[in-house]
Amino acid sequence: MSLLKIENLRIAFPARGGITEVVRGVNLEVHEGETVGLVGESGSGKSLSCRSIIRLLPSHAQMTANVHFDGRDVMALSRKAIRDHRAHNVGMIFQDPFSCFNPTKRIGEQVAETLRVNAGMDKSAARARAIELLASVEIDRPEQRYRAFPHELSGGMRQRVMIAIAISAGPRLLIADEPTTALDVTTQAQILKLIEQRRRDLNMAVLLVSHDFGVIAQACQRVAVMYGGYVVEAGPVDEICARPQHPYTRALLESIPSLESAGHHVRRAGIPGQPPTAGEIGPGCPFANRCAFARPECAGVDMSLEVVGDAHATACPFVRTVSATSEAGGA
Amino acid sequence: MGAYVVRRIGISVVQLLGVAFFAFMLIHFVPGNPIATMLGPRATPREIHLVSARLGLAKPLPEQFWLFLGHLVTFHFGQSITFSQSISSLIAQRAVPSIALISYGTIVAIVLGVPLAVIAALKAETATDHAVRVFTSVSFAMPTFWSGLILAIIFGLKLGWLPVSGYGMGFGGIVRSLTLPAIALGLSLLAVIVRTLRSSIRHTMSLEYVEAARARGFSTRRVLIRHVFRNAVMPTVTVLAVSVGFLIGGTVVLEQVFQIPGLGTLLFEAVEQRDYPLVETLAVLAGSLVVLLNLGTDLLQAAVDPRVRPGAKSV
Repeated sequence: MSLLKIENLRIAFPARGGITEVVRGVNLEVHEGETVGLVGESGSGKSLSCRSIIRLLPSHAQMTANVHFDGRDVMALSRKAIRDHRAHNVGMIFQDPFSCFNPTKRIGEQVAETLRVNAGMDKSAARARAIELLASVEIDRPEQRYRAFPHELSGGMRQRVMIAIAISAGPRLLIADEPTTALDVTTQAQILKLIEQRRRDLNMAVLLVSHDFGVIAQACQRVAVMYGGYVVEAGPVDEICARPQHPYTRALLESIPSLESAGHHVRRAGIPGQPPTAGEIGPGCPFANRCAFARPECAGVDMSLEVVGDAHATACPFVRTVSATSEAGGA
Repeated sequence: MGAYVVRRIGISVVQLLGVAFFAFMLIHFVPGNPIATMLGPRATPREIHLVSARLGLAKPLPEQFWLFLGHLVTFHFGQSITFSQSISSLIAQRAVPSIALISYGTIVAIVLGVPLAVIAALKAETATDHAVRVFTSVSFAMPTFWSGLILAIIFGLKLGWLPVSGYGMGFGGIVRSLTLPAIALGLSLLAVIVRTLRSSIRHTMSLEYVEAARARGFSTRRVLIRHVFRNAVMPTVTVLAVSVGFLIGGTVVLEQVFQIPGLGTLLFEAVEQRDYPLVETLAVLAGSLVVLLNLGTDLLQAAVDPRVRPGAKSV
């Protein structure tokens, strides 16, 4: 049974002379207890897509979708009910673990505040539980750290505290929006390990948003690749890493440095050009102008996902011919 | 925190010395002689010289400044030349109406300004926001003596609700007689409060930690009061403290318009009579008030915001 089901998600902003659509009909499903990745460049719509789950969008955003969480219609929830949904069902952590904290309050108090407001604990119970939570995210000397201000902690430690707050209510789903982007590589691995371990212990699902396919490949079972407001490819991570279908996914995978290339002066193949801004995207495939296999028909592609393998789907209808070309070119 | 407090107080001491220096120099460089004014047009140069010597005005300027500093530090402000009264007692008589007026005016500005700023920030770039901006700009553009007169004409003469001028007796009387000038003063201060607070609320609301707080399911009210307002209010407190200097200037004119026997009127008379010691003392007191208020704000800021304290140790 799916825990989260998003169908035909569209998000638009009012712009000069009309509206600009930035998320264009995204479908996404997360099952109980699994880790799903959402990967794409900045501006691809992945952050907005994951915020739609708790309807945490800017006030001028226009959102239409069918979002069901545990069978309940999220779009139909009242203001009060959406707050309960945010407080109890879904936890969220963010990219920059520094700016996510109120700079003038001690971090322990910020954990305790969440417990007092959302779990109705009294002051001393919240404090005791906050210290337990800090310990559970592997912060040593939690009693002392409770009194620290956000700027007194390292980035990795702040992200740990953020995780402590996000899991304090025992949510069914943890949204991690670029949780490791602001951290160095060693800390990155520790944070991913911590998320995985907490996921197992609490039996929650994780939606991991990242621009880094390496991070996604390491942590997720399934992945959706986003580009220009569309999901261009979706499927099991192993399958997509082994047999990427959409030209964008391939380009993305080729740009990851591998261990074998370390020490050699090999320039990774980048993707030529810039990702489009939402206003520039017209009908057809938004990747066409950067695609090595572009053809005139790309302008008429409707970007719906076609099944190409076991639970594997892509929006590029020309994948068979593209595969042939690239293998011929590679040989 | 301790080292920061000591350093910040040190800065204030230097500022206070500067205030004393400029107050002393300015009045001595303004043309006119207090002794001549005091003794009248028929005084002989010899008489003027004698009185000057008695009052210590014949000594060289650096020596006068040194003595003046000594008096300030020991709170012996000496005698007024023209009022034949000690400066301390003069100021004690006149301080209450002025302090009451400035406090009342500031309260009016805060009571009107804070809700307006919050509404304008929440409804940013809407008709409501623009209306607030127009209202505060107009109130800021009106000179206090003019808005004071208009208020006096409407509420004093036409409607007869409040006294047009003078200074009442007892708490109720004081409040009644100060209401109109306080509103005039508050209106002039309103724009500063609304503009500063509106923009810092908007800035704070755009920060990620506010989004993070909303993602936790906190109510809009909780987010606004606990997370936004507390962090957004400091710039406004700072601006208010700086504005007190400007308010002291404003009261000089307002006290004249409303016939309030305060420090503003006293300063006006003292300058007119070239009453050196009185002008110097009043200028130093006004300047010191601003310096001390700024010191207070900075220390308050350090108490509220842990990042301001340098050398805050990691745990």
